[in-house]
Amino acid sequence: MLRMARSLPEEVLEHVFSFIHSDKDRNAISMVCKSWYEIERWCRRRIFVGNCYAVNPSMVIRRFPEVRSVELKGKPHFADFNLVPDGWGGYVYPWIAAMANAYPWLEEISLKRMVVTDETLELIAKSFKNFKVLVLSSCEGFSTDGLAAIAANCRNLRQLDLRESEVDDPSGHWLSHFPDSFTSLVSLNISCLGSEVNFSALEHLVGRCPNLRTLRLNRAVPLDRLANILRRAPQLVELGAGTYSAELRPDVFSSIAGAFSGCKELKSLSGFWDVVPGYLPAIYPICSSLTSLNLSYATIQSPDLVKLVSQCQSLQRLWVLDYIEDIGLEALAAFCKDLQELRVFPSEPFALEPNVSLTEQGLVSVSEGCLKLHSVLYFCRQMTNDALVTIARNCPKMTRFRLCIIEPRTPDYITLQPLDDGFGAIVEHCKDLRRLSLSGLLTDRVFEYIGTHAKKLEMLSVAFAGDSDLGLHHVLYGCENLRKLEIRDCPFGDKALLANAAKLETMRSLWMSSCSVSFGACKLLGQKMPRLNIEVIDERGPPDSRPESCPVEKLYIYRTLAGPRFDMPGFVWTMDEDSALRFS
Amino acid sequence: MSPALLGVEEEGQSNVSLAASSTSIDCISRNGCGLKERNYLGLSDCSSVDSSAVPSLSEENKNNLNLKATELRLGLPGSQSPEREADVSLLSTGKLDEKPLFPMLPLKDGICSSLQKHVISGNKRGFSDTMDGFSEVKGSLYSEKNWLFHSAGTESDSPQSVGQGTFPGSSGMNAMQLSRPSGAQSHMMKEVPQKVLQDRCHGANGTNLNQAGTSNNSSNAPAAKAQVVGWPPIKSFRKNTLASSSKNNDEVDGKPSSGALFVKVSMDGAPYLRKVDLRTYSTYQELSCALEKMFSCFTIGQCGSHGVPGKEKLSESKLRDLLNGSEYVLTYEDKDRDWMLVGDVPWEMFIDTCKRLKIMKSSDAIGLAPRVMEKFKIKA
Repeated sequence: MLRMARSLPEEVLEHVFSFIHSDKDRNAISMVCKSWYEIERWCRRRIFVGNCYAVNPSMVIRRFPEVRSVELKGKPHFADFNLVPDGWGGYVYPWIAAMANAYPWLEEISLKRMVVTDETLELIAKSFKNFKVLVLSSCEGFSTDGLAAIAANCRNLRQLDLRESEVDDPSGHWLSHFPDSFTSLVSLNISCLGSEVNFSALEHLVGRCPNLRTLRLNRAVPLDRLANILRRAPQLVELGAGTYSAELRPDVFSSIAGAFSGCKELKSLSGFWDVVPGYLPAIYPICSSLTSLNLSYATIQSPDLVKLVSQCQSLQRLWVLDYIEDIGLEALAAFCKDLQELRVFPSEPFALEPNVSLTEQGLVSVSEGCLKLHSVLYFCRQMTNDALVTIARNCPKMTRFRLCIIEPRTPDYITLQPLDDGFGAIVEHCKDLRRLSLSGLLTDRVFEYIGTHAKKLEMLSVAFAGDSDLGLHHVLYGCENLRKLEIRDCPFGDKALLANAAKLETMRSLWMSSCSVSFGACKLLGQKMPRLNIEVIDERGPPDSRPESCPVEKLYIYRTLAGPRFDMPGFVWTMDEDSALRFS
Repeated sequence: MSPALLGVEEEGQSNVSLAASSTSIDCISRNGCGLKERNYLGLSDCSSVDSSAVPSLSEENKNNLNLKATELRLGLPGSQSPEREADVSLLSTGKLDEKPLFPMLPLKDGICSSLQKHVISGNKRGFSDTMDGFSEVKGSLYSEKNWLFHSAGTESDSPQSVGQGTFPGSSGMNAMQLSRPSGAQSHMMKEVPQKVLQDRCHGANGTNLNQAGTSNNSSNAPAAKAQVVGWPPIKSFRKNTLASSSKNNDEVDGKPSSGALFVKVSMDGAPYLRKVDLRTYSTYQELSCALEKMFSCFTIGQCGSHGVPGKEKLSESKLRDLLNGSEYVLTYEDKDRDWMLVGDVPWEMFIDTCKRLKIMKSSDAIGLAPRVMEKFKIKA
C-alpha cells in the first residue's frame, strides 16, 4: 500500500484531492502521510477559521500558500446580544494585511462578527485583482466609504453581502461607484443599510448585470421602486423587498403584481418591512414556487399570514413573527409539507403580557404536520414537558432546536415542574441533534440528560438554568462532540470547570458570563493550560483588585495555537503562565 | 440624585430642597454634589483634583464609600430643576448603606466597586426616580451623579416604574453590579477598604444567587418588565427594527417601551466606540452615570493600552494633568444631523431624536450652546 501511495505522481493525487471539499476530509487526507500533507496543503483553496484568535495569519499562510477563499469568525456568539463589550476585539485588518501580501489571487472573503474598517475594505479593493466575493455577516466598524472602494475597484465582483452588519453613516452614493462597465454582479444584499441608496444607480446596476440572482434591498427602498427593479431583473431567484407599504392604489398594485409575475425564477423572499396587507396578493402568483420566506420583519397579522402560507406548498424555510399565532402554524402544518426550518420571532419581546396567541401548541402542530422539520428557533411564553416530548417524538431527525421561553426560569405552566424532562426527551429522541438552546426552569437534571444522550451535540446555549456545578460537569463530561458552549447567569463555578479542563482543548470555545467562576480558578486554568486563552472580561476593573474568590464578570476560553493576543482592550485580561506573576 | 446645579441661585435652591427632603437625608446631604458644579469627567480618587469647588461633603462621601463626589463625571448642560431633586436623590448611594436590597446578599450594594455594567442588566434604571417605590425595588441603584443636567421639566417621570420591583431574573451578580455608585473605576476601587470588597465578593457566591433571585422574582408582581441585558436573545438589528415598526404602528401609550434603542457613543481620544441602549435609561442622570463609567477607563488611561501587563496606577499628579483642561461634555447627533448638547430637551424627546452620542472636549463643543457652556464651566 505504502509503495503504491508513493508511486502515484503528485499531479494525480492533487487531481484526486480536488474533488474533496469538506475541511474535515481535507484534514483527514493531510494526516495520512507526510507527502500527502505536502500535496494537500499546496492545493487547499478554502480555509475556514472558526475563531480568528485560534491561529494567526502567518501560520495559516505558511501552511496553505495557495488559498483562494477565506472564512473567518471573530466575536463569540453572545456578542449578538450585547454581552460582549465593544472593543473586545475581532479586528480583521491584520489578516487582510497579511493576505494582501501572500494571496494576491484571493477571491473570497467571508467574515462573521468581526470589526472591519474602511481601511480594511480599501486594502481588499486594492490588493486582490480577481476579488469576487465579500460577505460581511454581523460585522461592524466600516462605512459606505469602504463600500465605495470595493465598488470602484473590484472589477470581477460577484457577491457583496452585508447581512446584518452595522454600517456607519450610510449614504447611498457608494452604489454609483460601480463603473458602468461593471456587469458581473450575481448577489447583492444591502438589507441592513439604514439610509437610502441612489435609486437610479441601483436600477441601472440591476439592469446591466444579467447574472444577478440575489437582490436584497433595504428598508429605504419604497414599494413603488420595486416594480422597476423587478422588471429589470426578471431572472432573480432571491429577492428581499424593501418597505412593502404604500397607499393602496390599483395602478401601483397592478404594476407590482405584474412585475412579480414576470419573475418566474423567484424562490426566496425576504424584507417586507411595514407591510400593507392589501399589497400581499401581488405575490400570490409566485407563492407556489417559493422555498424560502422570511417575513420576520413583516408586521402582518395572522389571517393574512394564513392566506399567504397556505399557498406556499413548496416552502422549506419560514421565518416569521409570532403574529402567525397557533392558528397560522396549524395552517403551515397543513399546507407546507416540505417545511424543514421554522423560526418564530417575538413581536413584542419586552411586553409583560402576551400580545398574540402563540403557545406551545403551534410548535406541536408543526411537528405533527411537517415531517421533514429539522431546524427550529421558537420564541414563546409558555411550554410544557408534554409538548416537548411530543415534538421530540415527532421529529427524531431534528438537528437544531432552539427554544426561547421569554421569561427566564418559566416552569411547565400546567404542572409547574421544571422542563428537564421535556428537553431530556429532545436529546434522547433526536440523536442527530447538533445545536440546542435551552430556556425555562431547568435543574441539573436536564444537564444530566444532555450529557447522557446528546452525543452529537456541537453547540449548546444555556441561560438561567441549573443548580450547581454538577450541571456543567455533566455537559463537559458527556457531550463528546461539543465544540461551543455558551452560558449566562447560571450557578456554575470553579469545580466543574477545573475538573474538565482538558475538555476545553477539544472545544472551540466556552463562554460564561454572570456565573460563579472565581478569578483564582481562571488564573489556575491559565497556568495549567497553555494552549487555551483564558480571557477574563471584567468592566469593574482589574480582577486582582478584588479577592481571588471573587467571580469574574465574563469569561471566554478558547483553544489557540497563537498564544495570548495583543489587541485586547483594557477590560480584558488573559490568564497565562505569567498571570501569577502579573497579578500578584 | 445629585442635582447638578448651575448657578448660585440654583445651588441655593437645591440646598433648600435637599435639606427639606425628608427621604434619604443621608444621600442628599452626602450629595454635596448638589452644591458643586460638576461638569466634567473629573477623575475619581481625588476631590482635590476635581477643579470644581470642593465641598466639605466630599470627605463625607469618601467616608461613606460613596465615590460619587470624586468620580468621573460627564458634564451635561442644563441643571437639575429644583423639583426634581427630591426625586433624584433616591439615586444616591446613600441607599446602599441603608440596607441591602437583596436580602440574600450580605453586602452593600455596589459600594465601592464599580460593579455597574455599562449596559443595564436587570432593572431598568427608571425606577429610581420615585422614592416611594424604592424600598420595593430590588434592582439597581444609581448613585446620583453630579451631572449638570438641563432638565426641561419632567424628563423621566414616566418609565420609572418600569423595572421596579422585579428582581432581575439574571443573577444576583448582575443585581449587585447594578447597584453601585457610578463612575468608580478600578482605580477607585483600590481606595475602598478591602473589607467591603470582600463582602461584596462573598455575596457574589453564585449558587444561591440565582435561586434567591428566582424566589424574589416570583414573589414580586412586576409593574413592568425588567430588561435583562441580552435577554431575550434577539439581535440588535431585529430589536431596532421592531422598535421602529411599533412606533409606526401607533402603539398605545403606557406600554413599556419595546425594543432597544442602541446608539453609538464615541469619545474624543478613545480607541473604540461603545454602544448604549437608550431605552434602559429614563433620565439623563442615569445615562451619564453609565457613560461615565464606561469611559472612565479612557480618561485615566487604564484601558486602551493593548495587553500591557500590569496596569499602571495613575498618580495624582497625572490625574491633575488630565483634568486640567480636559473638560468634557456630552453631545448628540439628532435626526437632522445636527450636533446638540445633551440635556436640552425632555428625555422622551431626546431618545426619539438622538442618533448617536459623543463625548467631546468642551473646547470643541463651544459652538453648540455658548451660553450654556459658560454657565457650566468648572470653577478653577
